Amino acid sequence: MDIINIKDLIFEYIRRDEEGNVEGVTTAVDDVSLDVKQGDFVAILGHNGSGKSTLAKHMNAILYPTEGTVWVDGKDTQKDEYVWDIRQTAGMVFQNPDNQIIGQIVEEDVGFGPENMGVPTEEIWERVEESLKAVGMYEFRKFSPNKLSGGQKQRVSIAGVIAMHPKCIILDEPTAMLDPKGRKEVIRAVRALNDVERITVILITHYMEEVIYADKVYVMDKGKVTLQGTPREVFSEVERLKELRLDVPQVTLLAHELRKEGFPIPKGILTKEEFREALDSCIKEML
Amino acid sequence: MLRDITLGQYYQADSVIHKLDPRVKLGTTIIFIISLFVFQGAWGYAVAALFLALVIKLSKVPFQFMVKGMKAIVFLLLITVIFNLFLTPGEPLVTVWKLTITKEGLRMAVFLSIRLGFLIIGSSVMTLTTTPNQLTDGLEKMLKPLNKIKVPVHEIAMMMSIALRFIPILMEETDKIMKAQLARCADFESGNLIKKAKSLVPLLVPLFISAFRRANDLAMAMEARCYRGGDNRTKMKPLHYEKRDYIAYAIVACYVILGIAAGKLMPLLVSGIIQLV
Repeated sequence: MDIINIKDLIFEYIRRDEEGNVEGVTTAVDDVSLDVKQGDFVAILGHNGSGKSTLAKHMNAILYPTEGTVWVDGKDTQKDEYVWDIRQTAGMVFQNPDNQIIGQIVEEDVGFGPENMGVPTEEIWERVEESLKAVGMYEFRKFSPNKLSGGQKQRVSIAGVIAMHPKCIILDEPTAMLDPKGRKEVIRAVRALNDVERITVILITHYMEEVIYADKVYVMDKGKVTLQGTPREVFSEVERLKELRLDVPQVTLLAHELRKEGFPIPKGILTKEEFREALDSCIKEML
Repeated sequence: MLRDITLGQYYQADSVIHKLDPRVKLGTTIIFIISLFVFQGAWGYAVAALFLALVIKLSKVPFQFMVKGMKAIVFLLLITVIFNLFLTPGEPLVTVWKLTITKEGLRMAVFLSIRLGFLIIGSSVMTLTTTPNQLTDGLEKMLKPLNKIKVPVHEIAMMMSIALRFIPILMEETDKIMKAQLARCADFESGNLIKKAKSLVPLLVPLFISAFRRANDLAMAMEARCYRGGDNRTKMKPLHYEKRDYIAYAIVACYVILGIAAGKLMPLLVSGIIQLV
């Protein structure tokens, strides 16, 4: 069984003017179907307003489909009796770290989820310790969240979700408000979770560099999935991505431009190392 | 820095008073305040002073921190003293122009200023030795019986602790908005009181909007982490009474008995001794 199945999902919301009259209906997610396998690292890419955050909120039973069905671990999100199970199975990390930290001390915040689930006190402490270590924030456990940097706060938020022992973590643009250093910290922590703890990760972002490690990438535009495949497959479509106003990683772009000029460089270069190798063999060939 | 401001002024130290259960400290503070109004005469206050001195000594908080709390009420204290001094009818001591200081007035003024001073110092001992978090936890547990008459105790405590958590964030935000408005030539400084108040509008409106947005986000984040009110919720740091807490209660009980006894008996004793002599 897949951890998340989405079938023909449509989500509409009604726009209203200032007096509350209906102005029109916006379809935020338009007929999306996708499946996520247990243990995968899935990235969902898209420009602002492409519907990627709305899609993410369906996987955590925060929003319910207008049409279609979402199953999390085989449970239909529209059934009320499953809501808490689903929220425990699929933890969610949001964009703004300040607005999702509840505790006044790091360790208290990480313990918030397990407290809500009714986990016994002893076990809460074990879980808190283990999750803080998993994101490398254990030495900050007695700190006030206000004294931490953005990247550190976001790692605390991730620890708060891991402490609930989810099978899957959904990260809704976790790096959008961070500086490059914080972004790297968070992505490193997320990758470690996927590699070491085998937690399914669904990363929603508009930074292309963050998705190159993903097993599968979905690109969304105007509520629809327009491109999907491995990062290499997706990044081969440089022109298409540019049309969608998405920035391709610089190496990929350079490789693409060279290829366009007729140099024998393969499609879908993702990392500097790959590019160096390709360039080396290219130069050898030309000599 | 704005972000360093914390509510109450917790003073980190490793003392018995710091380690006490917050419920003990809350209860003791309330009892202490009541005792100040129940105890009579100089002897009662002497007991209260002794008790307060003992607690301060045990708390390891420098005395100057307690006095800081006094500064805020100096004005209030002064007014109370002056009014009592001059307006209490009784046996006149000194008369200056139309104002008369009476014996009763003097007595009243002295006792009132002692009362107020002890009250402030006593409650600042509590806030200095207890983190806001412990305080809300203590309140939640103490008020738990009120749940039976449908008082949402858990919700109130949760609101308090979230408010405490967001104070520094909103402070920072205010600072940010203020700078943004100053950069566009807003003027928060000049003019009279009304003009100054008016100039705060462009500061408050964005602050409120952002606070609501934050509240919305936070509610969603809490729900995503399975928050569903206080039922079936376990505690990461549950409050348990320990031996030292029972001892503290015993000491407080002794203090109350001693205080009342001192107020009633000492004057008799003293007059007895005088008669004997």
